[in-house]
Amino acid sequence: MSDALPAVHEQFQAPGQQLEADRLGLWVFLASEAMLFGAVFFALTVYHLIHPAAMHAATSRLDLVTGVIGTAVLLTSSTTMALAVKAAREGRRTEALIVLVGTVLLGLAFEAIKVHDWFDEYDQGLYPPMGPPFPLPQPAARLYFHLYFVSTGLHAVHLAVGILLVAGVAASLLSNRMKLPERTVTVEMVGLYWQFVDIVWIFLFPTLYLVSR
Amino acid sequence: MTAEAKKAPPKSYIEDGHTLRSWFFSTDHKGIAVLYLVSITLFFFVGGAAATLIRLELLSPNGFILSNDAYNRLFTIHGVIMVWFFLIPSIPNTFGNFLIPIMIGAKDLAFPKLNLASWWIFVFAGCFVIAALLIGGVDTGWTFYAPFSTMFSNGYVIPAVVGVFISGFSTILTGLNFIVTVHRLRAPGMTWFRLPLFVWSIYATSLVMVLATPVLATTLLLIFAERVFGLGFFDPQLGGDPVLYQHMFWFYSHPAVYIMVLPAFAVMSELMTAFSKKHIFGYKVIAFSSLAIAGLGFLVWGHHMFVAGESVYVGLVFSVLSFTIAVPSAIKVFNWTATMRKGYVSFDAPMLFALGFIGLFVIGGLTGLFVAATGLDVHLTRTYFVIAHFHFIMVGGTVSCYFGALHFWWPKMTGRMYPEMPGRIVALLIFFGFMLTFMPQFILGWLGMPRRYHLYPPEFQVLNVLSSAGASILAVAYTAPLFYLAWSLFYGKRAGLNPWGAAGLEWMIPSPPPRENFETVPVVTWEAYPYPLEPQPVAKEDGR
Ligand code: HEM
Ligand SMILES: [Cu+2]
Repeated sequence: MSDALPAVHEQFQAPGQQLEADRLGLWVFLASEAMLFGAVFFALTVYHLIHPAAMHAATSRLDLVTGVIGTAVLLTSSTTMALAVKAAREGRRTEALIVLVGTVLLGLAFEAIKVHDWFDEYDQGLYPPMGPPFPLPQPAARLYFHLYFVSTGLHAVHLAVGILLVAGVAASLLSNRMKLPERTVTVEMVGLYWQFVDIVWIFLFPTLYLVSR
Repeated sequence: MTAEAKKAPPKSYIEDGHTLRSWFFSTDHKGIAVLYLVSITLFFFVGGAAATLIRLELLSPNGFILSNDAYNRLFTIHGVIMVWFFLIPSIPNTFGNFLIPIMIGAKDLAFPKLNLASWWIFVFAGCFVIAALLIGGVDTGWTFYAPFSTMFSNGYVIPAVVGVFISGFSTILTGLNFIVTVHRLRAPGMTWFRLPLFVWSIYATSLVMVLATPVLATTLLLIFAERVFGLGFFDPQLGGDPVLYQHMFWFYSHPAVYIMVLPAFAVMSELMTAFSKKHIFGYKVIAFSSLAIAGLGFLVWGHHMFVAGESVYVGLVFSVLSFTIAVPSAIKVFNWTATMRKGYVSFDAPMLFALGFIGLFVIGGLTGLFVAATGLDVHLTRTYFVIAHFHFIMVGGTVSCYFGALHFWWPKMTGRMYPEMPGRIVALLIFFGFMLTFMPQFILGWLGMPRRYHLYPPEFQVLNVLSSAGASILAVAYTAPLFYLAWSLFYGKRAGLNPWGAAGLEWMIPSPPPRENFETVPVVTWEAYPYPLEPQPVAKEDGR
């Protein structure tokens, strides 16, 4: 058996089997995560349909420019993450390190843009429980902003976890605790999670910013 | 094989270590199953104590021991503990944990550490919730309906909700572990259609666990955000929509009722074949109907909301879909009964539990159709009829199967036989005690007695007293196994490999099984339930 691969846990008969199990485990986890966001999407979609006017008024208050910039930043981070997986497979450590750090920086940039958005919206009174009075008359517009804050918040938390994971991989590459291409699977799994968080945003962005605009 | 095992008996998982550490931190799936068994038994008795007080209070029409508030808190404790800390983990986390790796010929689950972690998460969540419910007193009912739970109810809703949220992780991780295990760890030759139906049904359950529980997590998160940050999702004063809560809650909770009952189906297939000594009737149909139930279960949540401002057309769609979901359940019942036909049926305690299940589940399922009919439901909803309906399924059905499984696999888990006579008596007591407790509740509901009140018109007293009398029988019947099973641990007859003469990999290894389950990885060359078993002397005389 190959010595390069990590020791196989006793419940497995072969390293390949363990890899497959780890991969499937992550996919199942992501399916579960999708349902977590699914509930919020479900609510947002229904309100777009039954309160179009209020949703139009509410959506139009969002800053489309920062929204688009944020989306672009996140999409770019997907690319760097994909490059990291490729570099890991081919065992090119330095290159992997560079794109991983790039991914972390892009992730942080997205979080910064989002926090800026939140403060901006707060100043306009769009955070209904606190701050300046809420500017829109329709009750459903408030509901929209409640869902907006909870869904972008939930997404930001997931992204923060992703940033920590990617930073962790980069750190163990840097300190040589992690060898490539032997541990490609770790980079792949973190990459899969990162892409998932991105995809959530790719659905969240139109649902929040575009549909009723 | 038997002779070999006699020569050098491998150390069983129980003898593997004697320290507390070896139990609480062992990643062995069998040890974790035992941990779950002990902890959910404790939760069962907490929930049961609340039920006892509820039935005691209902002996009298004008409430003689409890205040309104105390009564509300009691049925909340009862519901929350029974649903999330007994029924949902009951069969999957104990018997699923113990049996799935063995049934598929593996040494353990795919992620043993995750398995241990989910037990710790579960126990932590359980203690947290019990503390919240006992110290604070939550009066929302297990459904946590908003805006009551977010606006009016006292502050302990938050810790209760947080506890249930945490327990969700345990459910999701367990489901994930089972799914990956069944996909990736099957022994050579163990194809999907050679899997015991137990595995199929737990697999279907796991899908629901993984896909429905996160929706509960979101729902609870929104309650939390509404109460703590004032973000109004459900409270109309803040722009929220109370019906949204019901949609989200039932989108989880209807599938969740299948998390509770699919594992009972899993046990049924094993019991009916083992005690009829016959191949299951319609293997594939049963396997696929489990998946059908898991899928359809996501499409019927609206039948809990016929009177919640849902449009008539939506109501009709949900009604029709609810009728459809009864079909795969009914198919299973027909298959189990057909399995007995021309079999060598014996009536040991586990089989009595299984037959009891059929009787009670059929009543529960049929009354499900009553409440799924939109017109009828307007009259029946929020009455004792609904209470009786779901208790017939979840308690009559699932809890009976849980006890059936406990008796059936007890010799495998402990190496000792339970005493047969008390087992049979308890099986009968549970059936008849159950009937006496819940049949009157159908009538009460039909006559219009609402649920969740402890005061009622005096003309309902007779039926309520009957119900409480039944409950006292149930209390005895549910407690008795605690004693005779404990007794059997020390004085029970030693069980050999296969005390029931049943088929399945779990009956080919020592009782209790060694830590590694199998000395060598088994190679499976036979279909599931290959009855009559080869060495069995059945059908010897006339070759029928
Ligand atoms: C055979 C198919 C079934 C149908 C058609 C059905 C139908 C229904 C309907 C329409 C209701 C709502 C009644 C109302 O609130 O007015 C209901 C309530 C309920 N059912 Fe079923 N049901 C079925 C099977 C099950 C199963 C298998 C379980 C559990 C394992 C279950 C557990 C429940 C629970 C817990 C409630 C009430 C929850 C509450 O309001 O607190 N049902 N059922
Ligand atoms: Cu339902």
